[in-house]
Amino acid sequence: MNKFIPFMIFCVISGALYIGLNLNPGNIPSALINDPVPQFSLPVVGGEEVGLTSDELAGQDEVVIVNFFASWCAPCYVEHPFLMDLKARGYKIYGVAYKDKARNTNTFLAELGNPYYKVAADEVGRVSIDFGVYGVPETYVIKNGVIRYKHSGPIHEMEFEDKVIPIIESVDQ
Amino acid sequence: MIVEVGHYALIVACLLSLIQGTFPLYGAVKKQGRLMSIAAPAAYGQLFFALLSFSALMYAFVVSDFSVVNVARNSHTLKPMLYKISATWGNHEGSILFWALILALYGAMVAYFGRKLPKTLHVRVLSIQALVGLGFYLFLLLTSNPFERIYPFPMEGNGLNPLLQDPGLAFHPPLLYLGYVGLSVTFSFAVGALIEGRVDAAWARWVRPWTLLAWCFLTAGITLGSWWAYYELGWGGWWFWDPVENASFMPWLVATALLHSAIVVEKRDTLKAWTILLAIIAFSFSLLGTFIVRSGVLTSVHAFATDPERGVFILLFLFLVIGGSLLLFALRADKLQPGGLFAPISRESMLVINNLLLSVAAAVVMFGTLYPLIRDALTGDKITVGPPFFNMAFGFLMIPLILFMGIGPSASWKRADLMGIVSRLKFVFAAALVAGIAFFYIAGGSEIMAAVWLGLGIWLLLSTLFEWADRVKLFKPASLKRMSRQTRASVGMTLGHLGLAVAVIGMASTSYWDSEHQSIMSYGDQASIGGYDITFKNTDGIIGPNYSAVKATFDISKDGVTLDPLRPEARVYLSPPMPTTEAAILSTIMGDLFVVIGEANSKDYDEWAVRLYYKPLQIWLWGGAAIMVLGGFISLSDRRFRMGLSKRVKK
Repeated sequence: MNKFIPFMIFCVISGALYIGLNLNPGNIPSALINDPVPQFSLPVVGGEEVGLTSDELAGQDEVVIVNFFASWCAPCYVEHPFLMDLKARGYKIYGVAYKDKARNTNTFLAELGNPYYKVAADEVGRVSIDFGVYGVPETYVIKNGVIRYKHSGPIHEMEFEDKVIPIIESVDQ
Repeated sequence: MIVEVGHYALIVACLLSLIQGTFPLYGAVKKQGRLMSIAAPAAYGQLFFALLSFSALMYAFVVSDFSVVNVARNSHTLKPMLYKISATWGNHEGSILFWALILALYGAMVAYFGRKLPKTLHVRVLSIQALVGLGFYLFLLLTSNPFERIYPFPMEGNGLNPLLQDPGLAFHPPLLYLGYVGLSVTFSFAVGALIEGRVDAAWARWVRPWTLLAWCFLTAGITLGSWWAYYELGWGGWWFWDPVENASFMPWLVATALLHSAIVVEKRDTLKAWTILLAIIAFSFSLLGTFIVRSGVLTSVHAFATDPERGVFILLFLFLVIGGSLLLFALRADKLQPGGLFAPISRESMLVINNLLLSVAAAVVMFGTLYPLIRDALTGDKITVGPPFFNMAFGFLMIPLILFMGIGPSASWKRADLMGIVSRLKFVFAAALVAGIAFFYIAGGSEIMAAVWLGLGIWLLLSTLFEWADRVKLFKPASLKRMSRQTRASVGMTLGHLGLAVAVIGMASTSYWDSEHQSIMSYGDQASIGGYDITFKNTDGIIGPNYSAVKATFDISKDGVTLDPLRPEARVYLSPPMPTTEAAILSTIMGDLFVVIGEANSKDYDEWAVRLYYKPLQIWLWGGAAIMVLGGFISLSDRRFRMGLSKRVKK
């Protein structure tokens, strides 16, 4: 019987790998560009009160930005100054803290500065999945509750002026 | 046109592997000579078509044919020719094609060198090899076609990640793949033997050179990767325990165990089931490594493009190959009768200890690598397992391993005289102990682990030399004659162990006693580190073939003697746009001086962030690994004589 042990261990490992593969954010249905944002309601960070809902996004007739981030995500630190820049240019940015502890989110924002108009917490990551978030950071440009553009990964210095800003401006027209 | 020929050749190779993997296997069961004799020609044909296919892809890269998606995505006209060529295997599709090519190469080598093997075993091994290859061909054709075209095609390609544009990394994947895939031969032999139900000394004599060959390439490939990280990533680290590194390290650990257990099968006709299991596991780790790197299951999703379709395919393939062979093992292993018995203190049991420690070490690395994934799967928690875990758990296992490595070669087969070994090695042990304690005090009584590791390295170095001296009866009459009569295998063993000793000494020293100096420096500023005096002289702007850079000049002197200046660069590549650092390194046998220039601190460009490191005995690490590989090849040149003589078992 003990000869079967290696086989059984392998079965357990491949089971884990299979689940791991399905956890792969690539498998999560990605929100289509020009589709309305999914229905959701998220609490504020570290509380029960409603922080952000799809209705609030749908009610905006100016361009807004939704940024998914986490304090444990190194690229989010890289991206942070550009969000501050966007805020300084007068854009309204909503932050969604992805699978993050409230305490850590607050420390992150306190230390680096808060670029967000409002911050909501998605502790289980469910709403992020509905949005089709691939991984953090990820940034959505939304107007009238419709997703117009999606940027995966950190907003990079190289593309900020040449790509991200023009797109936001063109959506804003 | 040539690209289409490549695609077509890939399909032909796939079909040939299907033929090679089925008819001869059936023929071996039915004892039909005609069906069996298909195997070898099919293996040669498969190599021909795989090579044709790979060459076609390489041609597309060399001429920058951007109508091929793969080329457009990974190449650029401005890239130097070396990196156009290395881009062929530097991307997902190309690297899998390269895998398949090497698999075919090994298959053809088995077909050629194995002509004198028992016929049924020979064709079974070839068939298994072909079935593994079939999986890779299907993977290419169904999910990752390297020859896909686009229209309209872009005028310029995306370029290759600049970090990868480096000679060290151009040759790192081929070596690593030669190692990974080399283990497929051992695997095919193991499965072939399970089907045959027979494992004997002749089988082991066959398996050893293949394991050794794969091991040499793996060692060289891992070292090259580590060396690349050391000088290219710019902070002088050489091992990070990241999943991709671990993916290459796990097969190395198991292959090292296999190398030793195959000796026991060959010399003493025992440990058969264990050796077969190791052969299966070693290749399983190779495949698992491919899965980890290629499916993106463990790496950051933004670093590698992930594709669940590919992941599912590889996982299914993995399940069939590994699961199937382990099941076969479970069903057939009882047929493998153990042979010679041995006493608890003997060469055999020393090798068993080696095997246990190496296997547990591989399991520890696997656990650490997969744990974040398993945790995420079960609870959704995001965690990382970092170097502290690996350093502690792995290091803990290496201490007894190195202690036993010093003793093992002195133990005789069947029954060894423990007291005799102890009395012979007691002075060596005492010397290592004294050296360790001395280093502990020289270093000011800090870092006890540094002293432990240095002591272990010295113990291994001295005991290996002592055993060799004992064997050739150094300083006694005719010792030179004895020296020249040593078999190459035993010379290889001595060199392999010596190499590890040298590497361990280097690792201990550079890990615990390195020093670092980070500062903002203006022109004319001075700093000193590791006995060197460094003066920041100036910076220049330079333009390379596909990058622009700041090149700094540092004047170096030691004990008042002026040495050649060091010139580190901070580059910005054009396509894709990305900054990289090119460290300047002054390597001596005593240690490396490592200078990195960072960003300008002021708008006037006269103050720069500068990082200086001194890494004592760093070069010993690479030198030790090189000695290990040399030992492996010397040992291999010995085995070559026996490759054709598999049936003549010496009594």
